[in-house]
Amino acid sequence: MEKYAVFVPKLIAKRESFAPGHRACVGCGEALAVRQACKALGRDAIIVNATGCMEVIATPIPYTSWRLPWIHTLFENAAATASGVEAGLKAMVRKGKRPAKEIRVVAMAGDGGTSDIGLQALSGALERGHDFLYICFDNEAYMNTGIQRSSATPYGASTTTAPAGKLSIGQVTWKKNMPAIAAAHDIPYVATACPSYPFDLMAKVEKGVSTPGPAYIHILSVCPTGWRCAPDLTVRIGRLAVETGIFPLYEIENGKYKLTIDVPQLRPVRDYLKLQGRFRHLSEEKVLEIQNRVNVDYARLKEKVACSQKLNS
Amino acid sequence: MTKPGGELTWKDLEIGAVMTEPGNASQYQTGDWRTQRPVHEHSRCIKCGLCAIFCPEGCIEPNEEGFFEANLFYCKGCGICARECWTKAITMVEEE
Repeated sequence: MEKYAVFVPKLIAKRESFAPGHRACVGCGEALAVRQACKALGRDAIIVNATGCMEVIATPIPYTSWRLPWIHTLFENAAATASGVEAGLKAMVRKGKRPAKEIRVVAMAGDGGTSDIGLQALSGALERGHDFLYICFDNEAYMNTGIQRSSATPYGASTTTAPAGKLSIGQVTWKKNMPAIAAAHDIPYVATACPSYPFDLMAKVEKGVSTPGPAYIHILSVCPTGWRCAPDLTVRIGRLAVETGIFPLYEIENGKYKLTIDVPQLRPVRDYLKLQGRFRHLSEEKVLEIQNRVNVDYARLKEKVACSQKLNS
Repeated sequence: MTKPGGELTWKDLEIGAVMTEPGNASQYQTGDWRTQRPVHEHSRCIKCGLCAIFCPEGCIEPNEEGFFEANLFYCKGCGICARECWTKAITMVEEE
């Protein structure tokens, strides 16, 4: 799968746009994902960052981890601000105030800022067709404020506002399929990625920013604090999410689906669930229910991929 | 050089709290959060650099000989490098 992994030092950019000394929790998957994404972005990028973990850990005043131009916006308007930045850059070229050099506009938000609060701004920006990349760092709850449930929290996960107990299994709704919502806007590029597959993630970010028009990338970032797992398992759990089919890695380029990491045989979801304390209370039936749902979702995705291949040939 | 949090007053801040020094978080020591430290065994290291790419801090860099080593000024001791190292060249030991 990752056959280039041994040649790491030669292949990746040396420059760190995300400086060390940030205050992420030990083993943070989101800081890892941001670091890898920044390696793919290069120097000419403007980051628009919604409120969330990433804003809080990277920029406690008077420090900043960013070596790129960065602006903080509210939860609800990261995509709107990115639209404004992109339109402003275009207007400056038209008025001759800056040379016509490509500057990449990237909006970053967490799962709360994307699938709950910022959804309407994102939908508007995707529909207007601004040339920008929107990256959602999905850690499956509002981790920054203390693990409250969001619409991206998976079924059966225990959070502080959806606690597991005698009468509840925790979250009772299924995870909102955000990439599918982005894809429904018919934008040129939608992808899912995970920092456990760094080259895949960098290739997708690179493709996303160089695509003219809006692009959306959904990145699963493991959160040891909120998921109640050991910090050294961050990368392994991300890999298991892909191998069990819970978070398949695919991209949708102009409506054509493609699985970028194709797992020949899915592992049982139990391998993924048992490493995390937030799923500790789940009974065998509930695990089976999750397994069935994952099988159906994965089969549906496979069908879309097969359908795209048929249309191509 | 940015003043540390304790000495900073509102008079030192720019209008709009604009931060004028990019990447100045690298002056901040996060290494003292650590409860365990990575120990590198160079005889087993194949210089693949996987530890560097999986480090959430971005604090692992090759030394003069090309062996990858963590900068203990920033390393928070999460242990991802030790877990992901293919040749098991990194072990985590308790911090005294």
